[in-house]
Order: sequence, then structure tokens, then C-alpha cells
Amino acid sequence: MELTGAEIAIRCLQEEGVEYVFGYPGGAVLFIYDALFNQDKIKHILVRHEQGAVHAADGYARSTEKVGVALVTSGPGATNAVTGIATAYMDSIPLVIISGQVPTGFIGEDAFQEVDTVGITRPCVKHNFLVKDVNELASTIKKAFHLAKSGRPGPVLVDIPKDISNQKAEFVYPSSVDIRSYHPAQHGDIGQLKQAAQLLLGARRPMIYTGGGVVLSGASRQLVDLAHLLGFPLTSTLMGLGGYPASDKQFLGMLGMHGTYEANLAMQNCDVLLAIGARFDDRVIGNVEHFGQVPRKIIHIDIDPSSIAKRVKVDVPIVGDVAHVLGDLLAVLHSSKQQPDQAALAEWWQQIDEWRGLNCLRYKNSDEVIKPQYVIEMLHKITGGDAFVTSDVGQHQMWAAQYYGFNQPRRWINSGGLGTMGFGLPAAMGVQLAHPGAAVACVTGEGSIQMNIQELSTCKQFRLPIKIVALNNRYLGMVRQWQEFFHGNRYSESYMDALPDFVKLAEAYGHIGMRIEKPSDVEPALKEAFARKDDLVFLDFKTDQTENVFPMVPGGKGLSEVILAEDL
Amino acid sequence: MRHIISLLMENEAGALSRVSGLFSARGYNIESLTVAPTEDPTMSRMTIVTSGSDDVIEQINKQLNKLVEVVAVMDMNEGDHLERELMLVKVRAEGSAREEMKRMADIFRGRIIDVTDDAYTIELTGTGSKLDSFLQAIDGDLIMETVRTGASGIGRGDRILKL
Repeated sequence: MELTGAEIAIRCLQEEGVEYVFGYPGGAVLFIYDALFNQDKIKHILVRHEQGAVHAADGYARSTEKVGVALVTSGPGATNAVTGIATAYMDSIPLVIISGQVPTGFIGEDAFQEVDTVGITRPCVKHNFLVKDVNELASTIKKAFHLAKSGRPGPVLVDIPKDISNQKAEFVYPSSVDIRSYHPAQHGDIGQLKQAAQLLLGARRPMIYTGGGVVLSGASRQLVDLAHLLGFPLTSTLMGLGGYPASDKQFLGMLGMHGTYEANLAMQNCDVLLAIGARFDDRVIGNVEHFGQVPRKIIHIDIDPSSIAKRVKVDVPIVGDVAHVLGDLLAVLHSSKQQPDQAALAEWWQQIDEWRGLNCLRYKNSDEVIKPQYVIEMLHKITGGDAFVTSDVGQHQMWAAQYYGFNQPRRWINSGGLGTMGFGLPAAMGVQLAHPGAAVACVTGEGSIQMNIQELSTCKQFRLPIKIVALNNRYLGMVRQWQEFFHGNRYSESYMDALPDFVKLAEAYGHIGMRIEKPSDVEPALKEAFARKDDLVFLDFKTDQTENVFPMVPGGKGLSEVILAEDL
Repeated sequence: MRHIISLLMENEAGALSRVSGLFSARGYNIESLTVAPTEDPTMSRMTIVTSGSDDVIEQINKQLNKLVEVVAVMDMNEGDHLERELMLVKVRAEGSAREEMKRMADIFRGRIIDVTDDAYTIELTGTGSKLDSFLQAIDGDLIMETVRTGASGIGRGDRILKL
């Protein structure tokens, strides 16, 4: 059957089982929007800014195991999408972004709304395509989905010139795809697995360190089995939270710059480290030289070979999909019928429990002023620890990560790698659409929320009952904290003056706004908000202005060079 | 250390900029980069001369392999290999220098491929250091123009980079 390029694009999305397309129309995508209009399988979510479209698709993808899809026009549509694309790229989130382009005959002529989208996005996509022949459109979109979700996932962009979307071609959706240069590994090398097993069994001070790869690979079950089989302590990066239940006693909390004392010290002092789907980034291990001062054997499982031995030397590299590799590792361990040295392990746990005893996340609550940590603890209580929590970037993000306690994967949705303020609200839209009945909270600050505040309008149009938990301290809190610690209390441009009245602002968009100023009102307000199942509620918590995030490993310092809360 | 990395990639628009973009984005050195189609018209072969510590070279190889359009990568320095580069050099060749220049070209097994009343264009092939030596051996004031292709590398014997 002959279809136009626009119809082909939409048919491809249907074939891929796409439920939602997040987008914004414009000149170069008019034919595609026309094809969308003429069908009812795919629902289009009209955002208010293209960055919101990509973040929403991203939130949808992170909270499901599906590929998120965004549709934007050429020029400014594409450039607005770039922050969203880079966000997804840094966190390895599978997205397909379809962008319109000026007609092929106009490319390179500085046409109206022309930009070299493939060039601009090249460094922040897993791959991208410019479609120059309508006959190749279907196979290109097939490839885009295949690349986005296989191997180390990531965003893939397909740029479609306007004339291509109006030309006709026979539509055949390929049932399979083979890219000769692309064969991501699944299973790890068995020899390496045996070596890893021997190292683990011989460990005296072992540590398991997990990252976003566990969540992306769906390997939580295997991870729990492995940790329980060995009885080893476990920590997780910001991206890996929920991949292992936070309530499990072997879990030492998050590690890194704002990780727990026990997680960071165990990481620093272990003799065998099993790294799983994590990449030793600067916010996680701090100073590489300091980290390297303690001799330890490192086993590193990752699907991307370039993540291995990038920042630290690795003794046993294992390239493969985390779920597969952990499954195989469990089999090797079971068949060895050996156990780690229990006496040594008990001694190690004793040391860890000593560190734990410091209770590094303790904070002094107040009757006068709302402590941000308390809000997160109450959020956990009211939602039974079972909400989807998206966040923006800054102090509130760290507090949410430290105090919510995620027990399931794909519940904690945040921009870890790129650290994109403005991510939280649009991401929550994607999450809420993917999980219509679920409690979705967007933990944010008064700075971040204003970076994509316009999406409140989208939430109204599509009736998305998100609960916005704004920790409003009238400061760009994390910037202020660094200025306090490292820049002599010179709060250069970090004070938020002339803030809007968020209650009225929420009401102006047709939502409910609540201002909470007393600690005793925190719990009742959250209760009331989450009881309103059909409404978006903007909770504006006036929090302690100068609260800091602790513990803190300052940038460039080692994991044991930690600053704890002053009163500890 | 200096490394010659050869790779096969899809002969598609944009593939070259993916490779060069990777080098600039990650701060890797490029001493030279050459690319041309192979006998299989769907593929190009690129030779990159770069330098860095062993860790950096390992990352370069991994990052190149990660590019979707890169079909195969070979670090020539991991085994025996041959390296050749072509240089064209236009030199002033007048009076006594004319004879001297001809002799130097012969010594370096260069060929004079263009002759005018006052100049020669000499074609010279060899390793990069041989070409450097030639330029040092002749009187620098006589050099009017040089153009070099950058190195091409190929493995010796059974070391073959082919799909």
C-alpha cells in the first residue's frame, strides 16, 4: 500500500506499540500532524515547550520499560529539544525523537527554521539519522527503535525533511533489523565470570556497588538473590536507587558526594568491589587518586565496554547485560558450593555497623521551621513509600534520594548525569500517563520548577493529578550551600527574589495550590493533597532557608574526606 | 605513545564527523586522519594517527567501536604493521640547487613529477619520519609548498582488517 512519508512515520510508531507521542507542531511537521489527526491509536500529548516533550517521553520511558517518543518541528523545535535529549543520553534512557526538517532542496540554504539538527544533536544521541529517501523511512524508524532500546539504551533522533513526509512510498514495516556494525553483548565471558566468583568468594571486606544499569536491565531480582546468597553489603548510585530495596538490612544507602558515611567508607575500604551497571563517575567516587590509594580488586559488569576502565583500573571486566551476567554469576557461585569466609565477613559487618552507628542522616527537626528532610519523610509516610517520585536538580533532589527510601526500581525518576533543572514536572507527566492510577510526586525547588512551569498547562489539559512537592527555601539551595562552604558565604546570585505566589500561580493554571509554613501542617497537607486523586496539587512548603545537605564529600576530595552535619 | 588506528565504517554522510567529533569532544589528539572508499563501495577505511597513554588509547578504541557506523577497528600498534604516507613538495630548483635537489630526491627515492624552469615538484612516499628527514635534509629556504596525505597503515601478513 502506498502511503505518504507522514503516514509511514505514524504507522511505524503504531507498529512499535507506541501509546503516547509527546510533541509540539510546527511548519516542518505539518504533514506528520495531519497523519496523527487521521488516526486514533496513538495519543498525542501537546506540551507547552519542546524540552517538556522530551522530558515527558523520558519520564514515560524511565517508569516503564518502553521507548519514549517525542515529536518536534525543525529549527527552534529541535534546539529546544536538545536539553531533553542530552538528559536522556547521559542517563541511557531509550527515546526516539522525530524532528521535522526543512525540505531537502532547502537544506544548507539557511532556510526559515532550518538548523543542522543531526549535527547539533550528534554528541548527545546514541545515533541519529537524516532521512533523504521516503523509501528508507520505515527501515530507519525500525532501526531507531532497535538502537534506542538495545545494548546500552539511549536517545535516537530521526530528522525528516518536510518534502519526504509528503512523498509516497510502499509501506512495509521490517519485522527484524540487522545492523552489521552493531551487536551489543548479552552474556559475559564465562572465564571472566569464574574469576569474578573466585574473587568474591575469597573476599574479606567485600562491597557491591550498583548503578542505573541494574534498573535499565531489569536485574533487581538477580541482584537481591546475589546479595542475599553472599551476605555482602551493598550501595547504590543516585541512578540505581530502587534497584535494590532500601529497606533491606544489607543496603547501606546511596554513596557518593551526598552518600551515607557507611556506604562511602565501605566503598573506600573494601578489598573486593563488585561494580554492577555503574560507571565510577566523579560524583560517586570523588577523587580518583584518593580512591586508588587503597588496594582492592575490582570486578566491573557493564554492557558498555567504554564504561569499563574509563576512570579506574579494573581487574575483572565483564561486558554484558547486567541481568544476564548476574544470572550466570549466580549459577557459577551455586555450582562452586563454596562460601565466603564467614568470620571475616562478620568482622567487616561489625566495622560497617560501627560506621552506621553514626547515623549520618540524622537531622534536628524543628517546631518552628519546616525541615526539608522532614517533608520527604512525611511524603514517604503518606504514600506508603510506594509513589513514583520525580525530581528536579539541587538540594531537594539529594534529600529525596536520601530520605524517601525506594524499594522498587523505576520509582525514582531524576536527571542524574546531566543534572537538568526543569526535568521534574514534565517527567512526572510521562510517569502519570504511563501509570494513570498511581501516586506521582514531583519533588522540586522554587528554582527548578520555574524552568518548565509552563507544563502546568499541559497537566490541566490532560488531567494529570501530579502532586508537586516544592521545597521552597528562597535560595538556589545547592548553589548557596557551595557558596557557604567554598566561597566565603558570598551568595552570588543564588537568592531567589520576586518569587511568584505559587498558590495563585497553580490556581491560574486551573489547579489547587497550598502553602505550608508550619511543621505541624506538613503531614495533614500531604494527606489532603494525595487524597485528591483527580487533582494536581501544588504544595509550596516554606522550608528552612539555610539547611544544608549532609553528608558531603566536597568536589575533588576522597570518599573518606567527608563533611558531616555540624551537630554530629 | 603514537598509535595508528584503522577502521572500517559505513560509507555514509556524517560518519566522518561522528569520528572527528568524538575526538574533539573527548579531547583526544589527532595527528592525521585520512579516509577513502574501499573496494566494497558501502564501506570507507579511515586511518587515524593519534597519541596518548595506554589508558587513553584503550578508550579511543572502545569509543570508536561504540559508534554505530563503525564496522571494525584495528589498532595497528598491537602487532606488526606497515605505514606509508605520500608527500608532494614543491621546491625552488635554480642554478646549482637544481642539480642538488635532483640528487636528494634520488637518495630518498623520490620522483620528480613536475618540472618548470625554476621549480620541481617531488613525490615522496614513506613513513612519516622519512618524509620529515627529507624536509630536514634539503635547504628549508627552497621549500615553496608541501602537502602530505597523513599516514595509511596496514597489518603485516595475516593481520587483516576486513569484514
